[in-house]
Amino acid sequence: MPFDLLAEALSPVQQDYLLEARQMQAMSFALHIPIVCFGISFPALVMFVEWLYLRTGDPVYRTLAKRWSKVMLALFAVGVVTGTILSFELGILWPNFMSTFAEVFGLGFTLEGFSFFVEAIFIAIYLYGWDRISPRAHFLSGIPVVISGLTGSLTVITVNAWMNHPTGFRLEDGKAVDVRPWSALFGNDYFWHELVHMYLAGYIVTGFLVAAVYAWGWIKGRRTRYDRIAVTVALTAACVAAPVQVVVGDWAAREVAKRQPVKLAAFEGLQETTEGAPLNIGGFYSDSEERLKGGVEVPKLLSLLTYHDPNARVAGLDSVPKGDRPPVAITRLSFSTMVGIGTLLAALSLYFLWQRFRRRLPESVWFWRAVVAAGPLSLVALIAGWVSTEVGRQPWVVYGVMRTEDAVTGAGGIPVGYATLAIVYAALVAGTVWILRRLAAAPLEEAQAAPPEVTTDG
Amino acid sequence: MAEFPMVLILAGLAAYAVLGGADFGAGLWELAARGPGGADVREHTHRAMAPVWEANHVWLVLVLVVCWTAYPTAFASIASTLTIPLFIAGFGIILRGTSYALRSGRPTDREEGALSVVLALSSILTPFALGAAVGAVASGRVPVGNAGGDPWSSWLNPTSLLIGTLAVVSAAYVAAVYLAGDAKRGELSELAGSFRKRALVSGALVGAIAVTGPLVLHQDARPLFDGLSSGPGLVAGLVSGVSGVLTLALVYRERFEPARLSAAIAIGAIVAGWGLAQEPSFLPGLTVKEAAAGDSTLVAMAISIGVGMLILVPSLALLFRLQLSGRFDPGDGVAGVERSESPGERSATQLAAAAVTVAIGTVGAFLGKGWLLGAGVAAMLAGATLAFLVLATPEDESAGDGAET
Repeated sequence: MPFDLLAEALSPVQQDYLLEARQMQAMSFALHIPIVCFGISFPALVMFVEWLYLRTGDPVYRTLAKRWSKVMLALFAVGVVTGTILSFELGILWPNFMSTFAEVFGLGFTLEGFSFFVEAIFIAIYLYGWDRISPRAHFLSGIPVVISGLTGSLTVITVNAWMNHPTGFRLEDGKAVDVRPWSALFGNDYFWHELVHMYLAGYIVTGFLVAAVYAWGWIKGRRTRYDRIAVTVALTAACVAAPVQVVVGDWAAREVAKRQPVKLAAFEGLQETTEGAPLNIGGFYSDSEERLKGGVEVPKLLSLLTYHDPNARVAGLDSVPKGDRPPVAITRLSFSTMVGIGTLLAALSLYFLWQRFRRRLPESVWFWRAVVAAGPLSLVALIAGWVSTEVGRQPWVVYGVMRTEDAVTGAGGIPVGYATLAIVYAALVAGTVWILRRLAAAPLEEAQAAPPEVTTDG
Repeated sequence: MAEFPMVLILAGLAAYAVLGGADFGAGLWELAARGPGGADVREHTHRAMAPVWEANHVWLVLVLVVCWTAYPTAFASIASTLTIPLFIAGFGIILRGTSYALRSGRPTDREEGALSVVLALSSILTPFALGAAVGAVASGRVPVGNAGGDPWSSWLNPTSLLIGTLAVVSAAYVAAVYLAGDAKRGELSELAGSFRKRALVSGALVGAIAVTGPLVLHQDARPLFDGLSSGPGLVAGLVSGVSGVLTLALVYRERFEPARLSAAIAIGAIVAGWGLAQEPSFLPGLTVKEAAAGDSTLVAMAISIGVGMLILVPSLALLFRLQLSGRFDPGDGVAGVERSESPGERSATQLAAAAVTVAIGTVGAFLGKGWLLGAGVAAMLAGATLAFLVLATPEDESAGDGAET
């Protein structure tokens, strides 16, 4: 009896503002994901610097680690609220998605909840513990922050991988049965490339954004030892990750070809299923004409890259009915943007690594200008990457199983909520920029100072 | 099995009402403390709250994730009917987190004053909206379905107003008790005295609202009233009432440490009473058992929560011990690290090893499948990490011209 009730009650509804609901969700993600990058990588970079301090006793490392940790805490606070809003929105905007499938993927969020808890606890101990607990205990208190930053995003990525390649359940009369939550999340072979791709993105985005700030100062003549250490640590992290990301991205594309061929076709703007498919570089897809315009076509390259065989057959958009295809133009554009920026960043990275190999920092002002640009560009590439994979997943919320339009809420007022949140988030971004500028402008009071005086009577 | 996540949800809600409530209440007191001496109060409340507010907030997130994993249909029904109060609560949470974050930017006094208004606004909005949402569920106004209930009257009704108001005032109360204790520990006797006074006033107000509670529920939410006026629900209600009175007495005698505990018991007992009064029903026509996810999900959750608690409880204990013992208070620092020799020469061998590992890994990741691919990716990451460790510290010798050392 209750099952009849449920099946009837949470059936799909007519929602006039589906697009606004999707945009509201996308906006919330777009604000949260850069913070996640900092959560993944920044604690490790801060602790690397603190480790240098413990090894050498050089106060300049301590000053840098302490100042960076303040940025880390401020961004964590912003991430706390943007993350909470996301979890509210899952229920507010997509109740049918949650009611049908949360028992399959919800475990990922339960684990994330604990990671979040540990992160919040130890980030507080780490930040407020500077000079209050012994240097060794302080260093140890940072380790859980690094680990929980990794596990927290890991568990959320398992859910995203599951949405793109749902496993671990059977569907019976619109209900998930025979649910195996562990294998749905952690036995999902679609998960690994997403994880590695996102973690590297975390280091690339954080590294280039932090480096961009110091590169700007570098051009203005701020080149003290403190600045040199800061820019070298941040830039090296980004630059060892960016070239590796090219190879991992190639792997990711091959996984997409295997599991979501239509998404790959949208990435490449490939209209018809083709043997020996060419790769179009730089062309735009026209949704109205259903074809690529402009760009350079390299024969057989797409087949070669995707299947390591120049004559392999690559599925085109026409392999599924029109109603099952994602919006191609935007997917294609964001994918090209990500790949283009990623390639430029990798090239910049190789140059920097070469200079570091020669035991120096690049001298050309053009290099430092490029680093200033690389910060925001890495952010654009990050967002573009998420747009390609999530818009490319459409029209499905759970790939091949549940359509986004069937997941949406029946509640009214989505445009009002969307507009309100947009205004609040604009203020949040402005506030965050203000904090970061304030933190950066604070004088380097401790750079040359000795460690605080020792007291024995506590 | 089907009921244990509900126990956890109620426990999480109680913890959030006590700990998160103290955060929100502190925001209210900051606003009330304008004018002379206001800066001291702000300084004190900020110092008492800043290290713990994020951890206190996570209880809410834990309640959400447990609810949607264990009771997906009920969660979806609640979230889609109560969209407006949940959105308002979320709005308040944004304001609160932002004002904490902005505080770390070392604002001036004027900016700080403006921030405390924002913080206070969030301190009213979030507890009220969440309390109203609880009232909606408790009074049976959330039917099963996608946005099945009324978007307004579901949470704007006598029961919701009662619980929303109670949430705001009791937040102010637990905050005042907590801050009075904190001020006493920090030997700020004047501040401790004024928070004691605030605690007594707000405590009396909580009592007054609580007394009108049964009248409201009798008219507006009869099943809840019946549940709370008999059997285990009644016991919980009485425990709550006795603890509440005891807390007032303890605050009056400046015994703030036990007062914190009994205030927490008063809140915990009333949340438990709600659960017991509603038992076994969750939403109208849907019992907790019927709402529960399948056994495999519940077992997986039980395991993760068990393991999670093993990590969480000692971690929380450590944080609160450090905070409550005044370890984070400003004062004399601990000794730094002795200066030793500069980092050793970087190793060409390590760098070569890093390059070779990345190269081999690249081949494996590009051409391999299955385990070979995984090993290739792992090798690339290991090589990149090694390269970072070797290359990430600049050499002083090769300092560019004009660089200071």
